[in-house]
Amino acid sequence: MSPEARLSHTSAFAAGLLDPTCPPPVLLSGPRGQDLANRYDVYRNNVTVSLIDALAAVFPAVQRITGTEFFRAMARFHVRENPPRSPLLFTYGDDFPDFIQRYEYARSMPWLADVARIERAWLDAYHAADIRPLAAEALARVPHDRISTLRFEAHPASRIVRSEFSAVSIFAANRDQAQQDRLDASLPEDGLITRPDFEVAVRHLPPGGAQFLLSLMSGKTLGEAATDAQNDTRSFDLVANLAGMLDAGVFASMKLGEQQ
Amino acid sequence: MQQASIPTTSRAAPLRFSFPNGGRSGTSFKPEHLPSILAEGSRTGFFEVHAENYMGAGGPPHRALETLRRDHTLSIHGVCMSIGGAQPLDRAHLGRFRDLIARYQPALVSEHLAWSTHGDTFFNDLLPLPYTEGTLRSVCDHIDQVQEAIRRPILLENPSTYLVFAESTMTETDFIREVTRRTGCGLLLDINNVFVSATNLGFSASQYLSEFPLLKVGEIHLAGHASQNDGAGAPLMIDSHDRPVSNEVWALFETVISEFGPVPTLIEWDSQVPVWSVLKAEAAAAQAILDRYHRMFSYGERHVA
Repeated sequence: MSPEARLSHTSAFAAGLLDPTCPPPVLLSGPRGQDLANRYDVYRNNVTVSLIDALAAVFPAVQRITGTEFFRAMARFHVRENPPRSPLLFTYGDDFPDFIQRYEYARSMPWLADVARIERAWLDAYHAADIRPLAAEALARVPHDRISTLRFEAHPASRIVRSEFSAVSIFAANRDQAQQDRLDASLPEDGLITRPDFEVAVRHLPPGGAQFLLSLMSGKTLGEAATDAQNDTRSFDLVANLAGMLDAGVFASMKLGEQQ
Repeated sequence: MQQASIPTTSRAAPLRFSFPNGGRSGTSFKPEHLPSILAEGSRTGFFEVHAENYMGAGGPPHRALETLRRDHTLSIHGVCMSIGGAQPLDRAHLGRFRDLIARYQPALVSEHLAWSTHGDTFFNDLLPLPYTEGTLRSVCDHIDQVQEAIRRPILLENPSTYLVFAESTMTETDFIREVTRRTGCGLLLDINNVFVSATNLGFSASQYLSEFPLLKVGEIHLAGHASQNDGAGAPLMIDSHDRPVSNEVWALFETVISEFGPVPTLIEWDSQVPVWSVLKAEAAAAQAILDRYHRMFSYGERHVA
């Protein structure tokens, strides 16, 4: 049998699963002459609904903000445009924040895509490898004159989301069922997502903190990262940020650079 | 603490003896039930998880499963291998499946006679296949690969279906019997799926069960289904796993157990999951039937028809 023929049963069946304009495959027959299209629609519906449910499970705060009906309509567009490429559904939706940013009906909520980015990062952190974060005391043992040469390896759960809006506050207010006060959405916020043990934590980063950590995560030395942070934010507080990053468990290990 | 079971290291071969775990009932494991399960302390039943939910690198899912596994028998149920697909198995996914089995040493391992991936698109549904010589060869080839990878036989689950393929040249039960003969795999008989398919396709569930190779069954699934109308006036059952097992399915289950003896039986509940006590009550109902026939079979009333 040729490879083309062997592929036939899935390719014909798959074609219309996410495309409602595609007629049901011709190789099927309904039982007792019943309407075949209705039966094929059961699969179409199962596939679409289960993938929308998968996005709803990854992005609960986004759904809470938009309401269920709005969310499911938006998710349906995305599911049809970008169905999952992996059977691990907890990895689905990497490109959903970008989709939200482009989504015509979400333009009145310019911060929504960043909230989705935090939720996606939250789930990545949740499933990340179990590695003990770098202990706060580790830094105390480094000779003072060599601290600036340190390079750090990020903990597998660590993520940073920078937003021009108050995405971290909006995320926090919508992840649980608590009543919320009105928020000013227009203040830029940077979020840090970590999972030092088994609980995912989302924190606000202080001014310059995001640039500092991003530079460290990209492999720059502590000295270089501090300079980047100061260039980003003149009031950058190195001591406070160092203490904060160790407390949050952003890094897994560190090593000294060459003697300067 | 219970001893870890000894891993099977031989190549997959037909099982000559019954699968472990005898005639116990179990339930799907839902992490929200873990505190109630641990508080209870009784360790008679078993728990089944969907393999893919535990394929992340770490975090709370693995911690919960390790906690559960310490004191309870585990069944790992693969949902996404796409054994019924036309394309080669996803090697990366097969590797993840192998690693999960090696890590948790479950008493039971199962997968589906269905497909879920085409090209690089994952549809997240158990999709049907025609039953032909061609699909038989590819299904057997895929099961061989899975069994080689995990070094033990799997149980293959019969699907729930909503339509049939014009090109099928054999019945589902003939197809499944031939798969077990060629690959040495066991079977997971989902009685709710039989009932759902029988209603949707207009055949007799009892007839299907009488043709099913019941001696190869190492596990039974029971679940609830939604009942609708297909728009053309015919009843349409949806395999929804969101409610208690129906009376019709309980009756079919009792018939199977009365004729073939107790088999590990799982209550599946995956959507609108109730509190633990409700799920536990469903498992207790299955256990009552298993116990009734366990006594009967252990007193030697089993006879060869």
